[in-house]
Amino acid sequence: MTTKTKYTEEHLKKELETQEYEYGFYTDIKSDKFAVGLNEAVVRAISKKKEEPEWMTDWRLQAFRAWQKMEEPNWANVHYEKPKFQEISYFSAPKKNAKLNSLDEVDPELLKTFEKLGISIDEQKRLSNVAVDIVMDSVSVATTFKKTLNERGIIFCPISEAIKNHPELVRKYIGSIVPQSDNFYAALNSAVFSDGSFCYIPKGVKCPMELSTYFRINESGTGQFERTLLIADEGSYVSYLEGCTAPKRDENQLHAAVVELIILKDAEIKYSTVQNWFPGGKDGKGGVYNFVTKRALCETNAKVSWTQVETGSAVTWKYPSCVLKGDNSVGEFYSIAVTNNYQQADTGTKMIHIGKNTKSTIISKGISAGNSQNSYRGLVRINERAENARNFSQCDSLLMGNECGAHTFPYIEAKNKSAQVEHEATTSKIGEEQLFYCNQRGINTEKAIALIVNGFSKEVLNKLPMEFAVEAQKLLEISLEGSVG
Amino acid sequence: MELKEKLISSFLAFENTEAGEVDSKILDERNQAFLQFEKLGFPTKKEEDWKYTSLKPILNKDYNLFPETENNIEFKEVKRFFIHEIDSYKIVFVDGVYSSFLSETTHEGCDICLFSAAIKKPKYKMVIDHYFNTIAEKEENLTALNTAFTKEGVYINIPKNTVLPKPIQVMHFSTGNNNDVLLQPRNLIVVGENSHVQIIERHQSLSQNATLTNVVTEIFALKRAIVDYYKIQNDLQTASLIDNTYILQKQNSIVTLNTYSFGGQLTRNNLKFYHNGTQISSHLNGITIIGDKQHVDHNTLVNHLTPHCESRQNYKGIYADKATGVFNGKVLVHKEAQKTNAFQQNNNILLHDGATINAKPQLKIYANDVKCSHGCTIGQLDEDALFYLRSRGIPKQEATALLLYAFSNDVLTCIKIPALKNRITKLIALKLGVNLGFDL
Repeated sequence: MTTKTKYTEEHLKKELETQEYEYGFYTDIKSDKFAVGLNEAVVRAISKKKEEPEWMTDWRLQAFRAWQKMEEPNWANVHYEKPKFQEISYFSAPKKNAKLNSLDEVDPELLKTFEKLGISIDEQKRLSNVAVDIVMDSVSVATTFKKTLNERGIIFCPISEAIKNHPELVRKYIGSIVPQSDNFYAALNSAVFSDGSFCYIPKGVKCPMELSTYFRINESGTGQFERTLLIADEGSYVSYLEGCTAPKRDENQLHAAVVELIILKDAEIKYSTVQNWFPGGKDGKGGVYNFVTKRALCETNAKVSWTQVETGSAVTWKYPSCVLKGDNSVGEFYSIAVTNNYQQADTGTKMIHIGKNTKSTIISKGISAGNSQNSYRGLVRINERAENARNFSQCDSLLMGNECGAHTFPYIEAKNKSAQVEHEATTSKIGEEQLFYCNQRGINTEKAIALIVNGFSKEVLNKLPMEFAVEAQKLLEISLEGSVG
Repeated sequence: MELKEKLISSFLAFENTEAGEVDSKILDERNQAFLQFEKLGFPTKKEEDWKYTSLKPILNKDYNLFPETENNIEFKEVKRFFIHEIDSYKIVFVDGVYSSFLSETTHEGCDICLFSAAIKKPKYKMVIDHYFNTIAEKEENLTALNTAFTKEGVYINIPKNTVLPKPIQVMHFSTGNNNDVLLQPRNLIVVGENSHVQIIERHQSLSQNATLTNVVTEIFALKRAIVDYYKIQNDLQTASLIDNTYILQKQNSIVTLNTYSFGGQLTRNNLKFYHNGTQISSHLNGITIIGDKQHVDHNTLVNHLTPHCESRQNYKGIYADKATGVFNGKVLVHKEAQKTNAFQQNNNILLHDGATINAKPQLKIYANDVKCSHGCTIGQLDEDALFYLRSRGIPKQEATALLLYAFSNDVLTCIKIPALKNRITKLIALKLGVNLGFDL
């Protein structure tokens, strides 16, 4: 990523100096903040604020009414203090933190991490909210990208804009795979989502670049309720990156996002996430609750691939799913979840095989250290008509230290005789022999552990776009720092 | 009347019968369990452990709760249900009532007798007070129901350093005299230090009337004890079985529990192992071959509480027609249980499109220095292997049966009683609808 940003910087500098600040959606909402609490009036107000058409307001209200009747789920293997939903402000527009004048004012610990990740000085400034010149302002960078995208007919914009400019698409697809009443958090999100990304790839178009929310400043503060909708029309391809490898000191208690991917005939979406939100202190205080609903719908011959590296958040509750509706569709899920200190993660996937000859692969690697709890929870369902469905699942857990836990909860349901399902899971620690071997060759224990962990997670890291992979690798090291006694 | 109400209203009557004439400890346990059941009721699909098994179809019958009359059945009528080729101790119940005529119990050197007799004799009071209802889960609905109506069952107490010369066969027949019956046997088995015992358990219905059996067995394997337990479940389509078995193992003990499920409308096996000591071995094996609309649910838990222990689970399932299989295996490794070696394997074959398998092999691990793994597969027979056999003149049905037999073979190898192994093999051949012409 570093190299890419640098390239963009130099290349775009000249054009950008002269360009208008077109997409100023960020500035005009900076002062908004609603009183705490949630009721129909608040939902209406959010909708009004966003200047949404009536159908959208109704849609939100429907979700809100469904949410009121629902109970917060507690089946996940996580323990936390339930958020108080009436004490949250539901329209916290992007927080505008005080700009700092130089890097000297930034938390030194944060800078140290940047250094380890190999992030350029300019980028460091941006990430830590130091005022920088226009070139580094990612909104402008995004603007230029947008031009390239527009030429190919690709729509990539905040979802609030899409509701206004492309209502036919949004109306058709929003809530089509994650209905308003799907689950507690999805319902909450549907009622109060503030913004998110929208992307449409037209028929037969291969998106020339990796789309990333990273470049949109508006995204970094979208806050608690983010809604993403990606539509890949027939025969198209897009690789979408979400999140950022650099640490984000986000203090929001609760994140309840919804991501919907619609992959039409012969299309493919590759969706990569790196999540590194504030995991809470070493004593387990604070940290982000991350309750996310992600789901993809595959039509005939479509393919979806979820790749995620989860190292942040105090509590993670996340199951990116694939509904393999069309014949010959393919779903993939590659995940690394690292928990340290008092973090808790309950994450996995769902593979619903409906069409014939559908295939799915699940590779999940869990690493737990400190006092953390790491669970894999996955469902593989082969429906009656899913002839020749094939699934392979592998869940490996690595335990470091004596206070942590690693759990596996796979659900496998097969109703078709031609189904082939394989599931295997292992749990172990880093072998003393392996460590000894490294030590013997002059590699100190900490480095040796990093090496072994990297090897352990290689299968998943390989699936990440290259720039991401390098940083994710370093991120693993940082997350596990100090977990070796 | 709902079965739950019926049970609740008959509890008082039950306490007033001769079943009530027991010492206060048992009365207390029964009362508490009754209150627990009253609170919990029957499990529903909303409970995570019952997600894939619904009791509804078997609870709506009007069961006779206390079939009192002893039916004299001739040995020759039921001979085929025994492993009659070998000499063995026998404890036989007909409709929940002990049949002295068919049984062969002993008090020489060890106690192989009735629970109802044992609770009335002061001689056994210490053992019963010490063990009864200590590991059975008090919060579990059906176990509580069984405890509330504790009356009859098997009492086996093998003292130190005893190797039983012959296996024990425990048979539960239900004749269901013109009536649907609910049976709730309660068994207590204590195997002393260095002792060795082999037990074969079977529930068999003899009529077309519906039978529901809710059995609870507590097994204690003390230091270095060896217990081989075989459960044969090949009942009629009208019979349902809920088997709750709790096992506590002490240091160096080895318990092998084999479950062969070939029949019954609904069979649910709750198997719970608890470790208390080091170097313990637990082996759980199962073969399930069902068809029609049968339903078999294996729900296992191995609770690793202490270090240096191992557990192995190996379950094979073959499902035909509209049968449903459930495997819900759980390995729980506590923080103290370092150096645990836990392994869980579940392989399934679906023969027809209407058949369903729901598997949920779980690992919960809180200790770091462990080796735990599980594997779960769902598939079908290898077309090439089938073709190979058929190209050599073996008809399709036989070829299929041979391959299925091979599939389940590694579970069969752990049967230590040759006569029983033969019997199980024959049952498998019967189940697969072939006569292979030779002893497999």
